Amino acid sequence: MATETTKAESKPVETVTVKVDGVTVEVPKTTPDWQGNPVPTTILQACKQVGKEIPHYCYHPKLPVSGNCRMCLVEIGMPAMGRDRKPILNEDGTPKIQKGVLPYDPSLPRGAIACATPVAPNMEIHTHSDNTKMMREAVLESLLINHPLDCPICDQAGECKLQEYSMEHGQAKSQFAETKVAKPKQVDLGPRIMLDAERCVLCTRCIRFSRDIVNDDALGIVERGSYNSIATFPGSRFENNYTLNTVDICPVGALTSKDFRFQMRVWFMKEAKSICTSCSTGCNIVVGSRENKVYRYEPRDNDAVNACWMCDEGRLNYKWVNREDRLTDCIIRERDGNQRKVEWPTLIKELSERLAKAEPGSVAIIASARASNEELYLIKLLADHFQAITDCIPRQGESDNFLVQADKNPNSNGARVLGVAFSEMGIQIARIDEGIESGKIKTLLSFGENITRVGIDDAMIGKLDLLVVSDILGSHAADKADFVLPGAAHLEKRGSFVNGKGRVQKFQKAIEAPGNARADWEWLRELVIKITGKQPADNLPGLFNEMSASVSAFNGVQWKDLGDLGVDINI
Amino acid sequence: MPEEFRLILKKADEPGYTPDIDCYMSHGGYESLKKALAIQPKEIEDGKTKTPQEQIRDEVMTSGLRGRGGAGFSCGLKWSFVDRRSGKPIYLICNADESEPGTFKDRQIIHKDPHQLVEGMIISAFANDVNLAYIYIRGEFPNGAKLLNKALNEAREKGFLGKNILGSGFDLEIHVHRGAGAYICGEETGLIESLEGKRAYPRIKPPFFPAVLGLYMCPTIVNNVETLCAVRHIIEMGGAEYAKLGTPRNTGTRIVSLSGQVKKPGYYEIEVGKVTLGELIFHENFGGGLREGRSLKAVIPGGSSAKVLKAGEKFNMKRPNKDGEMESVEVDMLDIPYDFDSLMAAGTMSGSSAIIVMDDSVDIVDVLANVSAFYAHESCGQCTPCREGSLWMSKALNRLTSGKGRKEDAEYLTHIATNIQGRTICAFGEASSWPVLSFVKKFKDEFEAKGAAVQPAEGEPNKEGAATAAK
Ligand SMILES: Cc1cc2nc3c(=O)[nH]c(=O)nc-3n(C[C@H](O)[C@H](O)[C@H](O)COP(=O)(O)O)c2cc1C
Ligand code: SF4
Ligand code: SF4
Ligand code: SF4
Ligand code: FES
Repeated sequence: MATETTKAESKPVETVTVKVDGVTVEVPKTTPDWQGNPVPTTILQACKQVGKEIPHYCYHPKLPVSGNCRMCLVEIGMPAMGRDRKPILNEDGTPKIQKGVLPYDPSLPRGAIACATPVAPNMEIHTHSDNTKMMREAVLESLLINHPLDCPICDQAGECKLQEYSMEHGQAKSQFAETKVAKPKQVDLGPRIMLDAERCVLCTRCIRFSRDIVNDDALGIVERGSYNSIATFPGSRFENNYTLNTVDICPVGALTSKDFRFQMRVWFMKEAKSICTSCSTGCNIVVGSRENKVYRYEPRDNDAVNACWMCDEGRLNYKWVNREDRLTDCIIRERDGNQRKVEWPTLIKELSERLAKAEPGSVAIIASARASNEELYLIKLLADHFQAITDCIPRQGESDNFLVQADKNPNSNGARVLGVAFSEMGIQIARIDEGIESGKIKTLLSFGENITRVGIDDAMIGKLDLLVVSDILGSHAADKADFVLPGAAHLEKRGSFVNGKGRVQKFQKAIEAPGNARADWEWLRELVIKITGKQPADNLPGLFNEMSASVSAFNGVQWKDLGDLGVDINI
Repeated sequence: MPEEFRLILKKADEPGYTPDIDCYMSHGGYESLKKALAIQPKEIEDGKTKTPQEQIRDEVMTSGLRGRGGAGFSCGLKWSFVDRRSGKPIYLICNADESEPGTFKDRQIIHKDPHQLVEGMIISAFANDVNLAYIYIRGEFPNGAKLLNKALNEAREKGFLGKNILGSGFDLEIHVHRGAGAYICGEETGLIESLEGKRAYPRIKPPFFPAVLGLYMCPTIVNNVETLCAVRHIIEMGGAEYAKLGTPRNTGTRIVSLSGQVKKPGYYEIEVGKVTLGELIFHENFGGGLREGRSLKAVIPGGSSAKVLKAGEKFNMKRPNKDGEMESVEVDMLDIPYDFDSLMAAGTMSGSSAIIVMDDSVDIVDVLANVSAFYAHESCGQCTPCREGSLWMSKALNRLTSGKGRKEDAEYLTHIATNIQGRTICAFGEASSWPVLSFVKKFKDEFEAKGAAVQPAEGEPNKEGAATAAK
């Protein structure tokens, strides 16, 4: 795909000259449609390209055009054509423009829907003329007459297009003097979605998303006219793994997430750009939190990864961050079972003293492909120092033919390019197990993995001189470890991952880690300094840049180059 | 003397005429098809040749035939828009959804002379290189569907359908598809969606012009039953000869459905423009006038979506004078020639050629409430102005007829209707708003009288209105 676009760009872009609100502009003749195919540029796209937003409900750049809401109606003018099919010219030589009027009532404008009408040479587009405003107000009035206006209890309030456009384009008062149409207000569409049919503006975005993007023709409209309602087919449920995206694209508060409804007012939330960690796709997300509590994930646009979508499973996989069994204390444990809670400096000091005694070749490291690149880089420095065997534990699951990958680790490729894991992830685990059994391996460092899952039982732990466990949640291994280092979840730190397709993407910190839990890279760096004498950078961007300079796959990419959307590297 | 001119319904009502193929053939049936299939390629200038198909299309263009379904669009022109280079199959659809209130003409053909339609379709399909055609018939015509299927089977047995029709090398299949009972299925793109098995939501144009992106996204022709029958006669008579029927630009014959308060409601086939609206209502050859003691109040001239004409209304129309020059003359609504262009000049339309006559016994607000209830029920609900506006108007009118009118309701209704027309996906928006706009404009006093009747006494708020209007 990337090569195709470069090819297209190398040709001079054909343009069309149009006038937007009196200003002559050139716009490309074609613009990508919802699937990225070039199609004749529409009025809406043309206006967007010159910085003019045309209000719309049903249009969505990633969905097929439907043209049903009529909110985007604009007044247009076209060059008048003579009998000879040539444009009629004004005295000054400019083409004479004929405003679009109704053939049966020339006193009224014939609007064009901006979302579906292609631009034509010398077309005049009026995004704010009196006629355009009049048509817009009328559509808004129609949408509002049967709308319940229950903004005070609506989850969408604050990010609602109906509220927004009513403020910008609506009339102060409605003339409606009839009774409103009553529709069901709590329709259970599926396990994660509730519909309030009265709030729905019938834009069909949800229908088109499920049918055309997910290939699940699950939603439709029942009843006629004003009684139209969104519904599932009788006996079936709206339950594919992408249903929550419809909550994002629903321009009003008709579709709500059962997980999020009534939990939090959107304007109170703080947002952080992050990455979903539930599979190797690495969908870009925005994390919404308040007072250190995460309330929701929402997909963030990235055409190279997830467009503007994410799966439900990934979206809802955030609650563990607030779990009761989070590790929040640094613990040093004696073999007799006595344990001490200590502060980080004590822990690092004692740990580095113990590790310094380890013989080269007697150390194994089981790292996690859920750790960041920067952390894996530091782990690799330690591993090299000890000539340690390293690996990560694979997580395999189901994939689909949309976003979800079978590899459930977010950073498998990071672990690979950094040399901590190999093409076949987990291939070294058997060697590590053997090494422990045979007594060759005396020290085991485990980062973010429950090693009992890969056969390291109490008997084997008993054979070790030193077991170091760094993790976020408690585990059996953590209960047995000589050193326990409480780690931060990815939401609680910065870092980068390399996704399944080789895109390096960064994530920002959304909330603070609980108790003494701390981002691994911080203490790993201290450990590396103490043990190897090296001096890795003391800040995350610096660490990334240092890693990038030393690991060829990263090709010298700088932290700042990652931007919000990441960069492809060779994996 | 104004009289009927029967071309399409020439035989249908003859005693003993039956819908089966033998009867049809013994009356000259399928001769036009044979004639069409026998046409040879014709040499034209520069050594180029015209295919038989092109020649038939030329005949239809020459005939001046305009669509009988509602819009009156030139049939020849419509056929000329078909994308013949896409490499995709071209489909022909016969629109037999006949749902416009007041209209009952297509059903005469379907029930009494189905082979005429089949023959017209085969010729039209041949002319447009169509190998698969459909008849989309309204769900409420179960018997019509049966008769059509029987006719198709008979035609197939005689070799008029199927492979290599009459040895010409031309293949055609026609299927009957029954609608599921919604007015919007008659709108051509709604019909196409319905035929594809979906909800009949009309498509946006651009980009979905049927001639390019129609059925299954292939080039498609949608024609009304009567239009396709006319094609058969155009081939029989020749386009130029057909064009002599009727009046210039308004050629041929039309079947008018006359209903309402006339003595002889029914269907009448006339030469287009040769009979006036008044003659259709009052002449003994047609409606035969109103009931005793009644006077004319209003006429809907082209199906319920056409704008109403008020008795006594006058229009300025261009007419040729003795020397053949055009001059503007004042014409009473009853003197409007019944044709496409004259009714359009009078601000309304001949639509589906259904005339609904109202005498002075009707309550005009009741009539409009009835019409609007139909449109509120039939709006498909896809686009905002029509979905919300159609029911809104209907609710307001029901309020008026139940004695809860307000002084401002005439203006209120006009406001709603004005915001529907021209802003919607399909012409249903006009269909639902035009009756309201025209009734309210032309009978304003009656609407205002309904409103004034229940004005609250001075100082006393109108509780009903206030409570619901507050939001
Ligand atoms: C709301 C609506 C309903 C319509 N219903 C019918 C119908 O029942 N029968 C019909 O022939 N045309 C109907 N039409 C017109 C069709 O869209 C189309 O123009 C016609 O079938 C074309 O045929 P013609 O060119 O032969 O007239 C309807 C149009 C609209 C907007
Ligand atoms: S539920 Fe939302 S997205 Fe779906 S049609 Fe209604 S308003 Fe549009
Ligand atoms: S597809 Fe993968 S990365 Fe994307 S949201 Fe789902 S689990 Fe997360
Ligand atoms: S105008 Fe009415 S009938 Fe036509 S698409 Fe819109 S809502 Fe449906
Ligand atoms: S955005 Fe809905 S009609 Fe254009």
